[in-house]
Amino acid sequence: MTFDEWLRVDRLPHIYCAGCGNGTVINCTLSAVDQMGWKKEEIVFVSGIGCSSRAPGYIVTDSLHTTHGRAIAFATGIKMANPDLKVVVFTGDGDLAAIGGNHFIHGCRRNIDLTVICMNNMIYGMTGGQGSPTTPRGALSTTTPYGSSEAAFDLCGLAAAAGANYVARYTSYHVKELTLAIRTGLGNPGFSFIEALVQCPTNYGRRNKLRQVSDQIEYFKSHAILAQKAERMREEGKKIPDDMIIIGELARRNRPALGVRK
Amino acid sequence: MSRIDFMQGNTACAEGALAAGCRFFGGYPITPSTEIAEHMAAKLPKVGGVFIQMEDEIAGIASVIGASWTGARAMTATSGPGFSLMMENIGFAVMTETPCVVVNIQRGGPSTGQPTMAAQGDMLQCRFGSHGDYSIIALSPASVQEMYDLTAEAFNLADRFRIPVFVMADEIIGHMRERLMIPDSVHRGERKLLGKGNLPYQADDDLVPGFPVFGKGYGVHVTGLTHDERGYPCATSPSVHECLVKRLVDKVESARDSIASCDIVNPDARVVFISYGAPSRAVEQVLHDIHNDNVGHLRLKLVWPFAESLLSRFSNAETFIVPELNMGQMAREIKRHTNRRVIPVPKLGGALHDPFDLAALVEELL
Ligand SMILES: Cc1ncc(C[n+]2csc(CCOP(=O)(O)OP(=O)(O)O)c2C)c(N)n1
Ligand code: SF4
Ligand SMILES: [Mg+2]
Repeated sequence: MTFDEWLRVDRLPHIYCAGCGNGTVINCTLSAVDQMGWKKEEIVFVSGIGCSSRAPGYIVTDSLHTTHGRAIAFATGIKMANPDLKVVVFTGDGDLAAIGGNHFIHGCRRNIDLTVICMNNMIYGMTGGQGSPTTPRGALSTTTPYGSSEAAFDLCGLAAAAGANYVARYTSYHVKELTLAIRTGLGNPGFSFIEALVQCPTNYGRRNKLRQVSDQIEYFKSHAILAQKAERMREEGKKIPDDMIIIGELARRNRPALGVRK
Repeated sequence: MSRIDFMQGNTACAEGALAAGCRFFGGYPITPSTEIAEHMAAKLPKVGGVFIQMEDEIAGIASVIGASWTGARAMTATSGPGFSLMMENIGFAVMTETPCVVVNIQRGGPSTGQPTMAAQGDMLQCRFGSHGDYSIIALSPASVQEMYDLTAEAFNLADRFRIPVFVMADEIIGHMRERLMIPDSVHRGERKLLGKGNLPYQADDDLVPGFPVFGKGYGVHVTGLTHDERGYPCATSPSVHECLVKRLVDKVESARDSIASCDIVNPDARVVFISYGAPSRAVEQVLHDIHNDNVGHLRLKLVWPFAESLLSRFSNAETFIVPELNMGQMAREIKRHTNRRVIPVPKLGGALHDPFDLAALVEELL
């Protein structure tokens, strides 16, 4: 496959900053979609508002760039009205878990047949670096100038608890694994949620001693721990440090799905 | 064969939608509109349609807009609090030119107000409630028959202009039960599709671009950002924004005389009632009781865009009396367009105007 065949090359250059992690997630997603062998005309990308949500605008398929937080609700209408369409949602941590939190948990509960890919940069990128529901405790942002005093959401834990059929987390370091997880999500009926931790050098890294893109990637690499290993550690009574990122497939099941052609 | 039936206004609204080919309903329960959702929940699955109860009204209108992009005729129904929640996505429907129908069975506001009592307090909100400049169409049924007819017509207008169309009823019309005639079939307009070789947001002479249904290979990008004719975001060009917003307004406003829909009684009258929705019933009673050619009536079925040319149909009118279940929302619009006397008759609390009071006012003026 060539990326040119999937991208609106007439819209380039894109708006993303140099070193932004969103591009990696777009590449992984397009590779996964291509591997599925789907026709372009049967795919719809949907998004809310944010840097992450600009992704559909660069892809040649039909796409709906909606309002902040509401992508899953729009996507639900598309999928219910025409179950033959493959509907993929791009969202950000703020879009999904703050303003869109209600739609997120209800999408999981309905187990509507969507693939939702969250580019979690732990910050509001588009609006210049305000704290988000996934900003780690203590991290600096323009609205947490003394360090965030709130706990961060575990997006995957939320999705799994609310009923999503497939849940996985990787980072922009784990390109192969992320691509495979997206592919698995695309092929799995019901709500598939893939969280991709990504670097935002401009608005997160710069304020949190991860100024270089390589610093953040190195951080993801050194702090990632496979779900199975974390499980073993727990069984052995070992404590998993709070700043570790648990990666891998976190839920895979076969609850009845909504929006699937009978 | 058409048939005579007897039903509630809200049921008639749902039946009119089904007859018009509505195949998607997404919404959230709220008094006094809930019977519409309930009726759609029962009926849509039987005709191959989809009913989905969403988590709130924001999601309700969002799902309707999503469904519309698959080519389906789609609607939601609500009342004041839910209507307020929908405003941002209504602006999105305007900007992306998404046909959809929103029914508002109005109740007393602000806030939770009077859930079970009638009002017409959202007439300006439906016209101006979302941010930015735009124009929409609003219809106002005054009978169970019109709940059926105007809801069906709302889908034709939504498809023709690619806008949200509002059916602005109220608790009285929504909950009253009346006889109605159900026609064999209703007129069903087509949603004009995007022509080969045309750009997705390149408008035709009617200022409306053809619709590129999702899943048909158009490969269209739809965004609420200011966009060019390709549909591509172009949010910092003053001329692209001005052109787009002016077209969104003009496509509706330039048609306001041709789509105007009303009943006119005694066009030579000196005193003329202007009404829409439930208060029209009180006015009709007044005209029936006093039986005087000097008392006229303009009953608007299509309220927005307000066609001011209708006022000049009453060439002898000295006074327009405007009874409304609000503090004079449409009276304010009417005043803008005439130098004749306009007397608003506001009514709050949920009860209809008393025909005796309206008749007394007329006696004073004649
Ligand atoms: C209703 C509404 N409130 C606020 C905004 C402003 N806004 C735009 S993007 C954004 C945050 C986006 O953060 P996230 O979803 O994490 O996306 P990112 O830019 O980080 O990818 C906000 C608050 C908006 N567009 N709409
Ligand atoms: S602000 Fe952050 S998320 Fe947005 S484009 Fe720049 S690096 Fe990417
Ligand atoms: Mg973010």
